Amino acid sequence: MRDVVITGRGIISPAGRGVEDAWKGVLAAVSAAAVDERLVEAGTPVTLACRVPDFDPDAEFGRGTSRRMDRYTHLALAAAADALFDAGLVDGPGFGDGLVAGVERDRVGVLIGSGIGGAETWASEYPNYLDRGPGRVSPMFIPKMLSNTAAGVVSMRSGARGPNMTVNTACAAGASAIHIARDLIRSGQADVVMAGGVEAGITGLSVSAFAQMGALTKNDDPSSASRPFDVDRDGFVMGEGSAVVILESEEHAAARGATVHGRVAGAGASADAHHMTAPPEDGGGAILAMQRALDDAGMTPDTIDHINAHGTSTPLNDKTEALAVGVVFGAHRPAIASTKGVTGHLLGAAGAVEAVFSLQALATNTIPATANTVEVDPVIDADIVIGTPRDAELAAVMSNSFGFGGQNASLIFTR
Amino acid sequence: MSQEIMDTFVAILTEDFDIPEDEISRDATFEDLGMDSLDVVDLTLAVEERTGVKLEDEELEDVKTVGDAVDKAAAKS
Repeated sequence: MRDVVITGRGIISPAGRGVEDAWKGVLAAVSAAAVDERLVEAGTPVTLACRVPDFDPDAEFGRGTSRRMDRYTHLALAAAADALFDAGLVDGPGFGDGLVAGVERDRVGVLIGSGIGGAETWASEYPNYLDRGPGRVSPMFIPKMLSNTAAGVVSMRSGARGPNMTVNTACAAGASAIHIARDLIRSGQADVVMAGGVEAGITGLSVSAFAQMGALTKNDDPSSASRPFDVDRDGFVMGEGSAVVILESEEHAAARGATVHGRVAGAGASADAHHMTAPPEDGGGAILAMQRALDDAGMTPDTIDHINAHGTSTPLNDKTEALAVGVVFGAHRPAIASTKGVTGHLLGAAGAVEAVFSLQALATNTIPATANTVEVDPVIDADIVIGTPRDAELAAVMSNSFGFGGQNASLIFTR
Repeated sequence: MSQEIMDTFVAILTEDFDIPEDEISRDATFEDLGMDSLDVVDLTLAVEERTGVKLEDEELEDVKTVGDAVDKAAAKS
C-alpha cells in the first residue's frame, strides 16, 4: 500500500486564515466567539457565534462569480486554493492558472465534507418562495444549496478530474473526507486529493434549531461560553469556516520535491448504533473509531502523545469522549486539548480544521491549551491541557470527530 | 422606454453580474457575456424586480442578445 503524506494546507477559520495566523490564534487561547448582529436581528435565543473574520467573497472571486455560490462554497474554494498554493500545485493564489505542468489532472481528486451545505441559500430562498410565489424562486437555488457544490466547483476552478465526492458524517465530515481521500490514494485511484471540510451554517434557523435541542451554550460571555471539559460547560458555540489539506502519495510528492508536513498514519470509522444525537454512556463507537485508527496505523496506544479532542463543550460529548479515551489508552494518558474553545464548533469543517491544528502541534512540538477552561470537570479523569500551551516531544497526534447520527472518525497524524 | 429598459439591463449586468460596462451592447449575446441559461433566468428576475416586467420562459427561447431581451421587455412595459 502506498504511504500518504500531506503536502499542503489551507485554512480559513474563526481563529484566522492561513496556517500561521490560525495557529497563532489557537495558541493565544482567546475565543473567537462574539455577539453576532445577524442573530440579534433574527431574535435567536443564542446570539454568540464564531465567524470567519475579514472575508469578502466579492473581492476574492468577483461579484459575478461570488453571487452564484453560497457562502459555504466561498469558504471551501478559499481553503482549497490556499492549500494547492501551499503545496506548490498551482503557481499563484486563487488557483493561479490551474494545476502546474507535470501534474496529471485526471489523477487529482477532491473530497469535501459538509454537514449542511448551502444553509444561507435555504434560509434566504424559502421565505422568498413562500412570500412571493414559485415564479420568484431563483434558478441558482439548487446549484447554490447542494452539499456537493463545493467539491464540484473546486474541480472546475482547479481543473482536477480525479475522483470527486462529498462526504457527510455531520460533525465528523471533515475527518471522514480525509479518511476516504487517504484510501483513494492508497488504493491507487488518485495520486493527489484535496481533502477537507466546510461549514457556513450560522443562520437564524440553524441556531434556533440547535438551541431548541439544547446543544448550544446559554452562556453569553465569549470568554467562557465554549469551554470544553470544564465543570461549568453547557453547550457549544456555532462556528464557520473551512480547511483543506493536500494528500499525496509519498512517491508523487517525492518526485516533485514537495515539502511534507506530516502523514496520515491511521484512520478509523465507526457508528454508535445507539441514538440520533447522544453518545452511548459507555463510549461505544468512539472507542471503536480510536482503536481502529490505531490498528490501521499499526501503532500501540502508548505511542499517541496528544489528542486533539472532538471536545465540543457539551456536557455529554466531553464526558463520554474522555471516558472513551480512558478505555482505549488505559494508564497511558495522552495530553488532550480541544481547540473549539477558540474556534467554536465548525460542524462539518471541524475535523479538517483540527487536522491542520494537529499537524501544527506535531510540527512545533506544542500542545495548545484548551481555551476558556478553568476547572476540569471532576468526573473527567484525563490529562486535559489548560492554562498555557505545553511543550512536548510529539511523534503522533490523534484527532477525534463525532457526528450526529452516531458517526465517528478518528485520524492519526505523524511526521 | 426602450432606453430606460436598456439602462436597467446595463445596471443589473454591471452591478449584479460584474460584467464590465464596455462589453455590454444591444448586439452582445449573453454567451459573449459569459452567461448561461440560468444566468439569463436570474437576470429576468432582477429585471422584474426593478421594472415589474416579467419575461416568461417561452419568451426567452429565441432571445440571444441583450437587445432581443430589451425589446421584448420594452414591448411588455
